[in-house]
Amino acid sequence: MEGITTIGPGSLVPEALKIHHDGYRLIQICATKVEDEYEITYSFGKDYDMIGLRMRVMPGAEIMSISNIYAPAFLYENEIQDLFGIKVKLMTLDYEGNLYRIEHKKPFQ
Amino acid sequence: MSVRSVVPFGPQHPVLPEPIHLDLVLEDEKVIEAIPSIGFVHRGLEKLVEKKDFQEYVYVAERICGICSFMHGMGYCSAVENIMDVVVPPRANYLRTIWCEMSRIHSHLLWLGLLADAFGFESLFMQSWRMREKILDMFEMSTGGRVIFSVNKVGGVRKDMDKEMLREFLKVFDDIEQELKVLTKTFLEDYAVNSRLRDVGVLTKQQAHELGAVGPFMRSSGIALDNRKLGYAAYPELDFEPITSDVGDCYARCDVRIREIFQSIDLIRQAAAKIPEGELAAAVKGFPQGEHFMRVEQPRGEAIYYVKANGTKFLDRVRVRTPTFANLPGMLETLKGCQLADVPILILTIDPCISCTER
Repeated sequence: MEGITTIGPGSLVPEALKIHHDGYRLIQICATKVEDEYEITYSFGKDYDMIGLRMRVMPGAEIMSISNIYAPAFLYENEIQDLFGIKVKLMTLDYEGNLYRIEHKKPFQ
Repeated sequence: MSVRSVVPFGPQHPVLPEPIHLDLVLEDEKVIEAIPSIGFVHRGLEKLVEKKDFQEYVYVAERICGICSFMHGMGYCSAVENIMDVVVPPRANYLRTIWCEMSRIHSHLLWLGLLADAFGFESLFMQSWRMREKILDMFEMSTGGRVIFSVNKVGGVRKDMDKEMLREFLKVFDDIEQELKVLTKTFLEDYAVNSRLRDVGVLTKQQAHELGAVGPFMRSSGIALDNRKLGYAAYPELDFEPITSDVGDCYARCDVRIREIFQSIDLIRQAAAKIPEGELAAAVKGFPQGEHFMRVEQPRGEAIYYVKANGTKFLDRVRVRTPTFANLPGMLETLKGCQLADVPILILTIDPCISCTER
């Protein structure tokens, strides 16, 4: 997709840091199940411009939080953790699966 | 020596029509930290995409929220239309624009009423909601619904407004504009209102950017961004600029929203003057394949509709990032340092919609 750069999970934090230094704000983080993997898309905006980072992770994998770079990220990351069961490490505030009080845990897993 | 305590706020609270909980860490009466809890009524509407086909999902999308239901439906349809390269007829784009601005006016009037109610100005609350009722009447006349309208479909709209109806609506908007001028004087000049809103809950421009704030909450901190400028519906053909304030306090948020109501009335007048004759919807053939991020300016700010389609009638993913979800970090920041008595007003000034957040 135009404007979205595919990266490996190991590059997430440095790439997010670079984008932050370029003056972009965090717009959203979204996970999607694609075949047997999860695709996570991070969207950033400056003025009306929107760019993105995208990475694929295997079920059971852990990803790093970017909430130390982008403070609002903790909400999106907790949402992904709750709905997809993707463990996010080092979030500034970790609800440990309890952001949403849902009967069926990890519904998108 | 100050006393530190934790006060639970919500999920049930007189100022909150919907459930959100905050653990407020206080030093005496001063808030030093707020930890949010949401998810009390999470509905799993995004999961329903597995059971409803891409045409049926329009009805689910507009049920995300009863205030912005039209824009939720339109945002979702626009995302699918972009994926399928469907060109929406110009008349449908103008009709969508008019309904969008009517939604903004009734949402902002609802918020003004709730704000007045929160600081105990009941007659102001009543007047705001009395005016809002006229917008709902116009919605009922043009769509048949007052909350859920079901006029959006992939490719355009289902209902039209004829010239006579538009003429009648413009007369009602003239009345609303005059009445709002009177209310504006009270909202922006009354001593009691000023004392509750001025210098309370300041969010600086830098904080608004860093915390990803959106909508009037962001614009009242001096950031001139409005997604209507991205050019969806008929907005590219209308003349307007984002409304901002440099102050960033609760008063500025009230001021920006009031001025946005006047702007919306002006946009409706422009759209009614320019609306062309023509079809209401384009034919949609086949199934969508691909993905799209659609960004729409809702009354509360930027909403994002991500749709991923696989070429069948069922979509792989629909994800809606609502404005309130984006504004929560900013709200938490404004709570730091405020007095406990100001917490309800502060929460209200982001115009929280938990229904959207708990999609």
